[in-house]
Amino acid sequence: MGSGHGQELNLTLKVWRQKNTKATGSFETHQLTGISVDMSFLEMFDVLNEKLISEGKEAIAFDHDCREGICGMCSMYINGRPHGPKQGVTTCQLHMRSFKTGDTIIVEPWRSGAFPVVKDLAVDRSAFDRIIASGGYISVNTGNAQDANNILIPKTDADEAFGAAACIGCGACVAACKNSSAMLFVSAKVSQLALLPQGQVERKERVLKMVAQMDEEGFGNCTNTGACEAECPKGISLENIARMNRELMGATFK
Amino acid sequence: MSKLDSKIPEGSIEQKWTKYRSSIALVNPANKRSLEVLVVGSGLAGASAAATLAEAGYKVKVFCFQDSPRRAHSIAAQGGINAAKNYQNDGDSTYRLFYDTIKGGDYRAREANVHRLAEVSTSIIDQCVAQGVPLAREYGGLLSNRSFGGTQVQRTFYAAGQTGQQLLLGAYSALQRQVGSGNIELCHRHEMLDIVTIDGVTRGIIARNLITGEMEKHFGHAVLLCTGGYGNVFYLSTNAMGSNVTAAWKAHKKGAFFANPCYTQIHPTCIPVSGDHQSKLTLMSESLRNDGRIWVPKKKDDTRKATDIPEEERDYYLERRYPAFGNLVPRDVASRAAKERCDAGYGVGKSKMAVYLDFAFNTARYGKTEAIKQNIHNPSHEQIMTLGKAVVKEKYGNLFTMYEQITGENPYEVPMRIYPAVHYTMGGLWVDYNLMTTVKGLYALGEANFSDHGANRLGASALMQGLADGYFVIPYTLGVYLSAEVTRMSAEKDKSDSIDKLKTNHPAFETALKEQTDLINKFLNIKGTKSVESFHKRLGLIIWNKCGMARNKQGLLDAIAEIQALRKEFWSDVRVLGTADEFNPDLEKAGRVADFIELGELMCKDALNREESCGGHFREEHQTEEGEAKRDDVNFAYVAAWEYKGVSEWELNKEELKYENIKIAQRSYK
Ligand SMILES: Cc1cc2nc3c(=O)[nH]c(=O)nc-3n(C[C@H](O)[C@H](O)[C@H](O)COP(=O)(O)OP(=O)(O)OC[C@H]3O[C@@H](n4cnc5c(N)ncnc54)[C@H](O)[C@@H]3O)c2cc1C
Ligand code: SF4
Ligand code: FES
Repeated sequence: MGSGHGQELNLTLKVWRQKNTKATGSFETHQLTGISVDMSFLEMFDVLNEKLISEGKEAIAFDHDCREGICGMCSMYINGRPHGPKQGVTTCQLHMRSFKTGDTIIVEPWRSGAFPVVKDLAVDRSAFDRIIASGGYISVNTGNAQDANNILIPKTDADEAFGAAACIGCGACVAACKNSSAMLFVSAKVSQLALLPQGQVERKERVLKMVAQMDEEGFGNCTNTGACEAECPKGISLENIARMNRELMGATFK
Repeated sequence: MSKLDSKIPEGSIEQKWTKYRSSIALVNPANKRSLEVLVVGSGLAGASAAATLAEAGYKVKVFCFQDSPRRAHSIAAQGGINAAKNYQNDGDSTYRLFYDTIKGGDYRAREANVHRLAEVSTSIIDQCVAQGVPLAREYGGLLSNRSFGGTQVQRTFYAAGQTGQQLLLGAYSALQRQVGSGNIELCHRHEMLDIVTIDGVTRGIIARNLITGEMEKHFGHAVLLCTGGYGNVFYLSTNAMGSNVTAAWKAHKKGAFFANPCYTQIHPTCIPVSGDHQSKLTLMSESLRNDGRIWVPKKKDDTRKATDIPEEERDYYLERRYPAFGNLVPRDVASRAAKERCDAGYGVGKSKMAVYLDFAFNTARYGKTEAIKQNIHNPSHEQIMTLGKAVVKEKYGNLFTMYEQITGENPYEVPMRIYPAVHYTMGGLWVDYNLMTTVKGLYALGEANFSDHGANRLGASALMQGLADGYFVIPYTLGVYLSAEVTRMSAEKDKSDSIDKLKTNHPAFETALKEQTDLINKFLNIKGTKSVESFHKRLGLIIWNKCGMARNKQGLLDAIAEIQALRKEFWSDVRVLGTADEFNPDLEKAGRVADFIELGELMCKDALNREESCGGHFREEHQTEEGEAKRDDVNFAYVAAWEYKGVSEWELNKEELKYENIKIAQRSYK
């Protein structure tokens, strides 16, 4: 797969267009020629948008900001996969060298009832913020902290917590799941804090509140298909879901 | 008399902050609940300020243009955060951090602010760890440190190459906790378009709901701009795509002085530009300079592969020129040195505008140590390299992956190609010691203000400053103003048309709202032929070429004329499609580019005025024989604070910089 330096691609794009949350959407087809393989997927969209504007047509709306795979804002569903064909990368980090000339690429927004489409390829993921607000924190007001080195944390625990904390809140896990479950996202935060000594005091309460909020937001149930883990750009592991289920058991049956 | 009062407290530098902090008037809890604070921005500065103020009992509203506060540009910071903890027992102290920062800033920062920053730095680490931020640890469970440029101690705390992400998620969780308790109202996907002032005092803002396009009025007793830096004026930078100057610029046009706009930081280690399609540049963290050595071939136009060039034919030019600091010289020095080598014809790669950052030596060194640890006797070179690569991967894995994604080359096998790129802006809104701008009730925190980094920022100091401002400075200094507001409110209690009763019904809000609505319609009605993006690119090129790493008088004069012409063309020929009452990213960008164009002109004027070289500001006319920056302390030891007077018109105000604790000296890293 892929193409070498300096090459150029001719592509057909089928892109989802939807005026706003209430409107019904449909696919629009565009031809692009001379796309450099060194471009990122979003730079290819920049080229397309410039072309549309020059033709007097409205640009395609899509979310993005850092373009470095860390803010979690970009969110395109490409050829049936969140963030496209390459594993472990976000849409903004996907480069055109992952495609061949003549390819048809289908681009859609995340599809989930809990993530309504805002416009074209942009969706509303504020449900994630509300889940964090329900309990995804340690209650410590500014100024209340003890010296940082008074809390010793074994490196392996710190590393494991860091692994879970690497979640960028992009929502690809939800988009990948046939049930629109948010378990991977929620369990990553629950795990991070459950693994750290600082997180112990609120451990039980936290998982209960976060799961309740998750359900209220309309995310589906987890049926262990593992699609979320496979599509997560940050390698958040299914073990987190198992840990959260244990946390939940522990909290429910006291 | 100067219009600038920096309000630096009396007393010795070590005691200024502690004494002042304990003498600030307090606002009692009942009054706090009736005081509303608008925080614009949810990066490290905004999130930490909002959370802390809400914890204290104020009514807080937070604005950000992203779909979630967690996505603020701070999330992308890679390398680390400084604090004078001296956990490594290597001679660090508050004074040393203070000294390094002043010197690193090339003696153009305010002593009192920088000392305060160094003092509170240690509390930041404590706070973040308490929040559950998983900073890197040693096997004994203690926190780990690494080195950054411009210092000789190890005081940088980190979380792999994702320090900003982890710190921001910590601040974001504190913020969301307050949202959950109803103390903060969150306005995401909102863009502040102007501040509203009444009789010269800030009373609120005008914001656009980016989804519906609705224009909104928000009242506040104080407004905190935590809106980040303006590096994207260059078009290509390491900043997030949305980072912009609009909030600060609109405030500037309403009376907030803009300080040192020409102080911009060009970061030495970024992935070089690969083509015209490029939309942004990617940083390779400064922490890599801990373990990488920078070199170019000794021979001009050497076309051999890096790995085929023998050791003795490599020029480790930083180690050669600056033996004491070597690869760890400050950013401005490292960037200029790279430019010098490339301009002289020693650059590498297809474009010849790159130098090598090579990890082979340290990979081997780590490999050997690992082999000893694992009891492997007489390891082969291959074994050593495999073991070493595992260590490097643990430290910088995400950066190496990012590099490979972008360039298609494997940095574990071949050296990275790097070149300087725009990264950070030291200039920003002028603030006094309380972080208040020249407009009453309007504050600026984080990268949006000018205060702590002088003419050059040291690595790992922006995260420190953002969190210092938000967690530990503003919660105190805001009290100075708000306690006076409480007095005013009680005096005006019975007034039927007091601002506290009218709030957004005051006619000033309507006027400001109309102004901004008209502006939006103006963009849409130009119906020109050129895209917003194309103007941004052209602006960036002018500024990069003439107000970038090296500047000279003629170039700056040309740039000013070109930018003025570009502005006229923009306002007559820009094409913005779609409507005002929908999600319209192109319309948002039009407003941002319009402001960048105006800022660009001021940057060039500031650079023209500053007839010296200092930190990131390098005037070709002012250099030593070895090509180092040559300051002029007699004439330019001041902060240039520009007052907006109308289109293309500014008045210069000077804040003299006094060095009472650190002897001002020629910076030397040799
Ligand atoms: C790639 C990269 C790596 C870096 N690494 C490091 C590092 O290792 N160590 C270090 O110390 N520093 C680093 N820096 C610098 C540091 O990240 C920034 O200076 C710092 O994070 C800025 O924080 P802030 O809170 O001031 O602003 P930002 O994080 O930029 O936040 C700005 C906020 O303002 C909001 N906003 C802006 N305008 C408006 C408006 N008009 N209306 C509403 N909201 C608005 C945005 O939505 C956002 O929430 C790095 C910078 C870059 C680019
Ligand atoms: S768990 Fe992975 S896919 Fe889900 S939000 Fe986090 S980073 Fe994205
Ligand atoms: S744009 Fe930030 S992760 Fe893709």
